[in-house]
Amino acid sequence: MSGNVAVDVRGLHKRFGDLEVLRSVDLTVYSGEVVVIMGPSGSGKTTLIRCLNLLDEPDAGSVTVHGTTLSYPARGQGRSRRRLVRDIRARTAMVFQHLNLFPHMTVLQNVIEGPISVRRLPRSYAVEMGERLLAHVGLDDKRDEYPARLSGGQRQRVAIARALAMEPEVILLDEPTSALDPELGAEVLRTIRSLAACGTTMVVITHEIPFAREVADRVAFMDAGHILEEQHPNVFFDAPATARARSFLRLVPKGGGPPSRP
Amino acid sequence: MDLLSLPMPGLLSGVAVTLLLGVVSFVFGLVLGGLVMLARLSRRRPLRVAAIVYVSVFRGTPPLVQLMLVYFGLPRLDVRLPPVPSAILTFSLYAGAHLSENLRGGVLAVDGGQWDAAGSMGMSHGLALRRVVLPQALRVAAPAIGGRFISLMKDTSLASVITVVELTRVAETAGSSSFRYVEAFTVAGAAYWLINTVLFAGQGALERRLGRAYA
Repeated sequence: MSGNVAVDVRGLHKRFGDLEVLRSVDLTVYSGEVVVIMGPSGSGKTTLIRCLNLLDEPDAGSVTVHGTTLSYPARGQGRSRRRLVRDIRARTAMVFQHLNLFPHMTVLQNVIEGPISVRRLPRSYAVEMGERLLAHVGLDDKRDEYPARLSGGQRQRVAIARALAMEPEVILLDEPTSALDPELGAEVLRTIRSLAACGTTMVVITHEIPFAREVADRVAFMDAGHILEEQHPNVFFDAPATARARSFLRLVPKGGGPPSRP
Repeated sequence: MDLLSLPMPGLLSGVAVTLLLGVVSFVFGLVLGGLVMLARLSRRRPLRVAAIVYVSVFRGTPPLVQLMLVYFGLPRLDVRLPPVPSAILTFSLYAGAHLSENLRGGVLAVDGGQWDAAGSMGMSHGLALRRVVLPQALRVAAPAIGGRFISLMKDTSLASVITVVELTRVAETAGSSSFRYVEAFTVAGAAYWLINTVLFAGQGALERRLGRAYA
C-alpha cells in the first residue's frame, strides 16, 4: 500500500435520537486501497460511509479528506465551514444502495452533472470524460438513454460512472449488488474489480465473501457501532479474531452470491 | 337561437381582455407562487410563517371578495388602481397562493434520495433544488398547475363586477341591450370553452414532454 492517506476518521460518534449508531469509529483508508465493510444490519455500516461523505455529519470525532480536517462538534455553522463540508462531499463519491440516479437526465447528463455544476469543468471536457467513463463501464451505447430504460446492472454502472466523474479521493459503495440478480451482480462486480485493478480507492459495503476475498485489501467488521476487527480478508474469513465475527460469518452463505469469476 | 345575427359589439376586444387578465395573472402568479414555495420550505421561520399566512388568506377567501377589497379597499390606503390592474393584482395573488401549494406538493413528492445524491456530490441546497429537485417537481405538479391556469381563465369573469369590459361583461351588455341573454351568454361560454380547449391541448403536450424520460 502506498503511504498516502485518502480518508481518515477518528473517534466518530453519531446518534439519531436515542439510537447510538456509531460509537467511536476509527478508520484509515490509504490511496489505492479497497476496504470492505461487513457486519449485521443495523451495525452502522451505511451511517459510517454517509459520515465519510459528510452527508450525515457526525456528532463527535473528525473526518480528514485530502488534507482537510473537519472536527465535531462543529463550532459555528458559518459559510466557510459549509463550503468545506461541500468540498469534502465532492471528493468522496457515494454510490447509494438505491442508486438515486437523476431520472430526468440521460445517462451522460447524470455523469457530467457533478463535473459541470459542482466542479465547474468546461462542458466539452466533462462530456469527453463522461464518454470515456461510460466506455470504461461498458455503457458507451447508452449515453442518451434515460435511467428508466436501463436494466438494474446498467443503472448500477451508471451510478459508478457518475461517482468516478467526480475524480474523488475515494468511492463509497453501499451494497452495490444487493438489488441485483446473480447474473447482473456479477456484471457489476466485474466493473468494481476492474476499478480496483486500476488503483481506485474504494470503501465497499458488501456481503459477497468471494468478491471481498478477491478484491479487498482489508475487511473491517462492524457490530453495534464499533469496528470490532480489521484484517486481511484471508485472515478474516479463515480465522476471525472475534466470536461475534465467527457467528456472523456462519450465517453468510460461503459460496453464495455471484461467482467471483464469471 | 340565431347567434350569427346577434349584435355583440366588442366581442373580440372582450376576448382579448379576458386573455390578458388570465395570461398575465397566471405568469405573475407562477413567479409569486415559486417565491412563496421557496419561503415555505426555507429554514428561516419568519419567512415560513409569512408564506403560511399569505397562502391561508388567499386560498381561504373567495376571489370575488378579494377583488372587491382590492378595488374598493386600496383607495382607502390612498392606492388608486384602475379596474384592469386591480383585477390582475387580485388574480395574481389568488393564483400565487394556489400555485405555491401545487409547487410545494411537487417538491415534497420528489424522492429524498435525490437530495442525498445531489448533496453527496457537493451541491449546495439551492443548486440541488435548481438542477435536480425542481425539474422533477415540475413534472409532478404540471397537471395541477395546468388545472389552475384553466380555472383562472374562468375566474377572470369576476372582473366584470368591477367594470372591466372582458368577455362576460361584453355578453351582459349585449344581453341587456337586445334582451337576448341566452344567445349572448352562449357565445361567451363558447369563447371560454375555445380558449380552454387550446390550454388543455397545451397542457397535454407539456406533460408529455416532461414525462419523456419516464416512458
